Amino acid sequence: MYVAVKGGEKAIDNAHALMRTQRRGDTAIAELSVDQIRQQLPLAVDRIMNEGSVYDPELAALALKQASGDAVEAIFLLRAYRTTLPRFGYSEPLDTEQMQIERRISGTFKDLPGGQILGSTYDYTHRLLDFSLLASGEAEVAPAEANALSEALAAGNSCPRVLELLNKEGLIEQSRETGDGDQIPRDLTREPVNYPAERAVRLQNLMRGDEGFLLSLSYASMRGYGDSHPFSGEMRTGRVSVELVPEELGFPIEIGEVLLTESEMVNQFHGSKDLPPQFTRGYGIAFGRAERKAMSVALVERALRAEELGEEVLYPTQDQEFVLSHTDCVSANGFVSHLKLPHYVDFQSELEMIRRLRKEQGQATQSKTTNEEANA
Amino acid sequence: MSVEQQQENPETRARQHWMGVLAKSAGSTLQQHWQALSLEPEYQFIRQPETGLTMLRGRVGGSGQPFNMGEMTLTRCAVRLASGTLGVSYVAGRSPQHAITAALADALLQEDDTQALLQHELIEPLQAHLHAEHQQRAAQANSTRVDFFTLVRGED
Repeated sequence: MYVAVKGGEKAIDNAHALMRTQRRGDTAIAELSVDQIRQQLPLAVDRIMNEGSVYDPELAALALKQASGDAVEAIFLLRAYRTTLPRFGYSEPLDTEQMQIERRISGTFKDLPGGQILGSTYDYTHRLLDFSLLASGEAEVAPAEANALSEALAAGNSCPRVLELLNKEGLIEQSRETGDGDQIPRDLTREPVNYPAERAVRLQNLMRGDEGFLLSLSYASMRGYGDSHPFSGEMRTGRVSVELVPEELGFPIEIGEVLLTESEMVNQFHGSKDLPPQFTRGYGIAFGRAERKAMSVALVERALRAEELGEEVLYPTQDQEFVLSHTDCVSANGFVSHLKLPHYVDFQSELEMIRRLRKEQGQATQSKTTNEEANA
Repeated sequence: MSVEQQQENPETRARQHWMGVLAKSAGSTLQQHWQALSLEPEYQFIRQPETGLTMLRGRVGGSGQPFNMGEMTLTRCAVRLASGTLGVSYVAGRSPQHAITAALADALLQEDDTQALLQHELIEPLQAHLHAEHQQRAAQANSTRVDFFTLVRGED
């Protein structure tokens, strides 16, 4: 129970002014621009876009600046802003096979068609602090000239999916039944999640889910609190064209491109009475360069398929309601943060109850002791 | 006309192409090329530039059933030239100017007397620009391609 508390207006105004001062920091140091954040902290920007569930790097960078770098606060700002915009329909399903690859690696096949392309990565670095960045020296950049282009990359040809190699032998499940038409997926921004939730809704939920939460769930399920220790079949990052069909035109047009990271996990599956032993898939995708997120989504996504694949649901990561209702950092933060609101009356009542209980217990002990003394 | 019939139509295909080029080009690059043309067509807004969101859809496993991924900002605009030709634009992001210029160019590209000029002086250079960026990214990616050395072990 909350009681209206008045009298804090002046203090709140001053607290916000102080926040703005602290956000600005030492005025002798140049102010950070939104463009600088967007260009130089792109991985932080990508996280805001993912969990804010809006692809717009400039808005995400602005939110990050406004929130003094607090990711969850920035995500909240972006989510709040999206509610002010009208919805112009749905895009055509993005064709990630036509992605312009900037990075693509497989943990299952060394010589995959199209090759392993490392792109830009922190993998294989020694994780030693680079003090040249502290000295504000110019950072080393990639040489302008590069190797001769492979024909496929130069022509912008699509790279076939690694898992299709297994598909040819029938060793892996298909991502859809042949002859299945497209179903219109439920949109959890328009209707609440019903359990059990279909795969499309689970993916939408995971894509906007908290990266840390999903990472930890994946870790737990790989360590034994779940049955998910897969191979990374393929991970790819690159640009994909976005198409939509405006009502007034009636044909699809390209409206721009998005940078995406996609992860496909290959899990063992021992088969069931209806299905032969084969590999199954976990799928993850994220805005921008967000491998940790995409992999975590793929791992949790696969764990949540336990029920449909006839696996026993034994662990929290396999429990839809446990996972899907706790992924959202805005909800989680809101509920934890609400404890900061005045609970004066609730607490008063509990305080009085504890006092009364202690008093009653004290009286009972005292009368018991008196009785024992009398009986002695 | 059904969607399929319209897509088969060469005029529609040409329009899809230029609308894609206008939308995918950076706003500043488009503006630069547009201003160099010094065109000042008379027009009125059918729809003022308006920013909103579209829900992006992906496919489960990349090729399975569609699912909703998250939204993306976009700006749309519609103009009518004095001749009555309608120009439409849907452009990712929140730039009203980008949407206005793209809608105007779309209208002028449908007009017989301006189509060739805009194709040569606007769409082709923008397309070349997009292609150069594409090649640059491809070259960068290609420089990180792994060449494995395989050690021969055993008899065969």
